[in-house]
Amino acid sequence: MENYLAFEEPIKVIDDEILKVREVEENSGVDSSKLIKDLEKKKTQTIKDIFKALTPWQRVQLSRHPDRPYSLDYINALTEGNFVELHGDRNVKDDKAMVGGFGQLNGKTVMFVGQQKGINTKMRQFRNFGMPNPEGYRKALRLFKLAEKFNIPIVTLIDTPGAFPGLEAEERGQGEAIARNIYEMMRLKVPVICVIIGEGASGGALGIGVGDKVVMLENSWYSVISPENCSTILWRSWDYKEQAADALKLTSTDMKGLKIVDDVIKEPIGGAHRHREEIFASVKDYLIKNIERLQKLDPEKRTAKRHEKFIEMGEYKGR
Amino acid sequence: MVWFKRSKDGITTSTADKKETPEGLWYKCPTCKTVISRDDHAENLYVCATCNHHERLSSDEYFAILFDEDKYTEIAKGLYSADPLKFNDTKPYPARVKATQEKTGLKDAIKVAHGKVNGETLVVAAMDFKFIGGSLGSVMGEKIARGIDKAIALKSPFMIISKSGGARMMEAGLSLMQMAKVSAKLSQLSDAKLPYISFLTDPTTGGVTASFAMLGDINISEPNALIAFAGPRIVKETIGRDLPKGFQKAEFVLEHGFLDFIVERKDLKEKIGQSLVMFKG
Repeated sequence: MENYLAFEEPIKVIDDEILKVREVEENSGVDSSKLIKDLEKKKTQTIKDIFKALTPWQRVQLSRHPDRPYSLDYINALTEGNFVELHGDRNVKDDKAMVGGFGQLNGKTVMFVGQQKGINTKMRQFRNFGMPNPEGYRKALRLFKLAEKFNIPIVTLIDTPGAFPGLEAEERGQGEAIARNIYEMMRLKVPVICVIIGEGASGGALGIGVGDKVVMLENSWYSVISPENCSTILWRSWDYKEQAADALKLTSTDMKGLKIVDDVIKEPIGGAHRHREEIFASVKDYLIKNIERLQKLDPEKRTAKRHEKFIEMGEYKGR
Repeated sequence: MVWFKRSKDGITTSTADKKETPEGLWYKCPTCKTVISRDDHAENLYVCATCNHHERLSSDEYFAILFDEDKYTEIAKGLYSADPLKFNDTKPYPARVKATQEKTGLKDAIKVAHGKVNGETLVVAAMDFKFIGGSLGSVMGEKIARGIDKAIALKSPFMIISKSGGARMMEAGLSLMQMAKVSAKLSQLSDAKLPYISFLTDPTTGGVTASFAMLGDINISEPNALIAFAGPRIVKETIGRDLPKGFQKAEFVLEHGFLDFIVERKDLKEKIGQSLVMFKG
């Protein structure tokens, strides 16, 4: 069962029509291939029209599309199933909102770490909606250090509405866990590539988001706060989320323009959720190429460059 | 039927004989409501003598407490906010900054200075909560970065006095990146083997807690300071029940292992001075 966002409604209308024609064709035996072909053509055009002028808020909605591939989908596709998932922070528990482990990418081992969302109500709860607790960040750090020890490059997949703001999370030091990760990621002696595949909300995203290359998928978002929460704080109501999405400059194009991310990976027209194999292929290409490039650099220089990149960030006036 | 009766007249002072009480001569503690003269309150380092409530201080007031003979040199004084995102909510960002500058007499939410503490050189970056909630933006990130450069140049320890609601929303992605920027600078400070003292004062929350405030070689705080990643209101909404007493207060955070010690304001200078000597080995 496909899901449609409100602005994807015209696509649904055509899809329903195609389904109906197919049904009639099956029951009556009348050849409707011409009609279906026309409808398919119309659909392609409709998708093109909708996707050529997406607003920031529409991209935020796309980043949360229930059919959009999640971290484990990427990992399984990229490694062709050659993946060993590793669990636990060796301290408190295993955080289901943060997954990670060894995988083979193009014949070489890579450490994958990412936030994981669920595909249905039960799984969404199991994954805590992709909102890690401190032990999730500490599990991530454990895997980063493990990768560093064996000189294995790291790929993180970012997809979170934020770090979990719960009572136990505060008791166990959510702030410290994220802070430690940011600091330690800056110093890792192996190549680190961070890919924002869906939602990149604030510290919860940055907690696995410090890398030599930080790259966004075209229809993902990355900012200091979600448009809804920004709207609540600045306009005291959720109704201004579209304005907030504009104001925050959270799209991949804006973030690249601000030099906060290094690259944008284009999504096929219609979005990653309609073309899973294509987006997996694009991400795989990007990773293989960039890991190879980064591995050529001297580790000390690579880490120093990573420091410099983040130190350069920010705009101010005066002296 | 009344059960008491006024036996004397009410206020008998004639208007002409009334004495004016100047504004701000008295301080009323917001916690225990004790009233004390402003002078005595300042003498007591803005701590209530009755209930030990630590009033929030400005950067200048902390500099005055810490630095010997109140002598220090401020650096990167002239930095102020740009408007990279052309951010406009109910007011354009530059107008908001300008209004706050005029109201507070400050350029941004942090000041950085170096001087001597009990004879030991120290670079201190101290936040001002009254400037847009002590929010972390590009200016704060850059000022801390220059403070760390100064510490490395002087081979001196570095201290941040945090007092912040978190990242500055009007700089969105750029303010988020300041968390990474300061961490990168702290990493350089660490490579130079120079100590970093993080002093978390009321309140320290959000992106500041989730980055440099929690990264001190020692993390210290003042009594009863609020220290949180997600603020109490958000946590309460998330869990849907009341929070335990003292939740997210310095004592709670110490108990859970994220602070080294809590220091009374009257002991602050002495304790920092002592720590600086310890780091020297």
